[in-house]
Amino acid sequence: MDAAVFIVSAVIVLSGAFGVLLARNPIHAALFLVQSVFGVAVLFLLLEATFLAAVQVIVYAGAIVILFLFVIMLLGVDRAEDLDIEPIAGQRPLAIVIGAGILGTTLSALLVAVGGPTGAPTANAPLGDAGDNAQRLGEALFTDYVFAVELTALLLTVAVVGAVVLVRRLGGPLQPLPVVAVATEPRGADDDTVGEPDPDPDQEGDA
Amino acid sequence: MVIAADPLLLGPLDLEIVLIVLLKVVVSFVLLMVSVMLMVWFERKLISDMQNRIGPDVAGPWGILQTLADGIKLFFKEDLIPANADRVVFKLAPYLSLVPAFLVFAIVPVGGDFRNGDGTVGWFGHQTFVQVADPPMGILLFLALSSVAVYGVMLAGWASGSKYPLLGSVRASAQMISYEAALGLAIATVFLTSGTMSTHEIVASQSDWNWNVFTTGVVPFLIFLVAGTAELNRPPFDLVEAEQELVGGYHTEYSSIRFAMFFLAEFMNMITMSAIAVTLFLGGPDGPILVEQVAWVWPILWFFLKVMMFLFTFVWLRATLPRIRYDQLMDLGWKILIPLALGWFLLVAALNVGRDRGWSPVPVVLVGVAVLWAGAALLGGAIRKARADRRDLELGSDELLDAGDGA
Repeated sequence: MDAAVFIVSAVIVLSGAFGVLLARNPIHAALFLVQSVFGVAVLFLLLEATFLAAVQVIVYAGAIVILFLFVIMLLGVDRAEDLDIEPIAGQRPLAIVIGAGILGTTLSALLVAVGGPTGAPTANAPLGDAGDNAQRLGEALFTDYVFAVELTALLLTVAVVGAVVLVRRLGGPLQPLPVVAVATEPRGADDDTVGEPDPDPDQEGDA
Repeated sequence: MVIAADPLLLGPLDLEIVLIVLLKVVVSFVLLMVSVMLMVWFERKLISDMQNRIGPDVAGPWGILQTLADGIKLFFKEDLIPANADRVVFKLAPYLSLVPAFLVFAIVPVGGDFRNGDGTVGWFGHQTFVQVADPPMGILLFLALSSVAVYGVMLAGWASGSKYPLLGSVRASAQMISYEAALGLAIATVFLTSGTMSTHEIVASQSDWNWNVFTTGVVPFLIFLVAGTAELNRPPFDLVEAEQELVGGYHTEYSSIRFAMFFLAEFMNMITMSAIAVTLFLGGPDGPILVEQVAWVWPILWFFLKVMMFLFTFVWLRATLPRIRYDQLMDLGWKILIPLALGWFLLVAALNVGRDRGWSPVPVVLVGVAVLWAGAALLGGAIRKARADRRDLELGSDELLDAGDGA
């Protein structure tokens, strides 16, 4: 039973991850990311981390990917990217090398250091009743790790204040928003965006 | 793996138990569908009464079969997909709206005697809860599913490949995300007083008139109601589908059965939101058992009456209140509801700590209110300063922006 759930959700997670990489439309990529997040939530459930599973969906699917979608929709980049352009020279070979390095490190850590995957729902001490999740987490966060929690909260507050300061207009009358796009040629009839100038007129959406 | 505390699922599984669970699922599915059908009729009839009209009265007695007729008509209409649409996402979006709407109802306890028992009933020789599932994260599932429902609205608007649906969906998702925060904070206050997230135990902790609406001090209940109405995109927060501005909102391009799915999801969300409000704040099925011979009927009846009260209120709001403006919506959500919910949450937390330590509640409340008042004054000062700065900046260049700053 556990193995079946694991295999199904692993397939969901991995196919979602590949979808993120292979989808040519950013919105589709974001949706594959949601699929992956859901698979991970099911894996958390399998590990009896019910609270973490719910929070995974609420935070990642409910807030972060929604934010991605907002940015993609509002900036009008919801079309296929031109993959022939390499913004930084040597980026792709380097990415392959680093990716292979990370994969190798993770695999060797799993296989050598721990002694292989165990498949046990609880690798360390059992957490007790699955209903206690939130209580255990709260106790840990606000006793042993309270300093880290406060630091993280401070960091987030600084980030919010920083964002507000950065977008604030400094004096003078209303400035028009900076124009990002270059292309001004008339858009085709099958163009599906709303008001934004087309950043890449040669590529149409793959919809 | 303990996924549910339901006594039905604690022992070894056999065919009979699987069948009971299946029966629960089917019964709640059918009940939801029927109640949506009646709800559409109820809303149209009630609004026409409030507006001095007759309303639907042709199909069936009192027009009660009107929704059935509408549904059949929608089913046989032509299913259009716009030429500019992203076909896959366009077809996916209605399901992303409908499925979460269905699933939320699974965690709502609709019956069971919590006063003299532990809320279980005996069915076919098995003790069980009168709810489909009782996961330990309970009400968090409601928050998770309502954040999935945002995808349905957002993708429907985007995938239509048309400007008004896109504007409607951007409005809708911004509104739903903004109000989800206040909703979550109001629910967190319930966690504090009930001490659990499981819906069954939340209801159990409120039995015998110990309702959370009183024990949390009414304010979280009101916040939940306002934020819940906004989350549902119901009037007065229905600028998501403001006909005068957006044609029809995110589902403008949808027709036939796909439109019917959005419509269904909207009304189903209304019912589940009412049911969740009853569960969290009004004790769920809690109420006096008046006739002992049919004791199992009363909790279900009380639950039904409480849900009806909310449904009536939703319709009443729609018939009474004008739509609010977008800046008013955002001001209400971010500058009033969220700080208020957060402050109240801290106050209730301070009272809880004080009770554990044996402090006298009066100084705790006084100190708490003083601290919160200082915080509110700081926040108010910051808002006033920001507004004054902006007014100085924009003086003469854009008076339209200032005209709305009445909050």
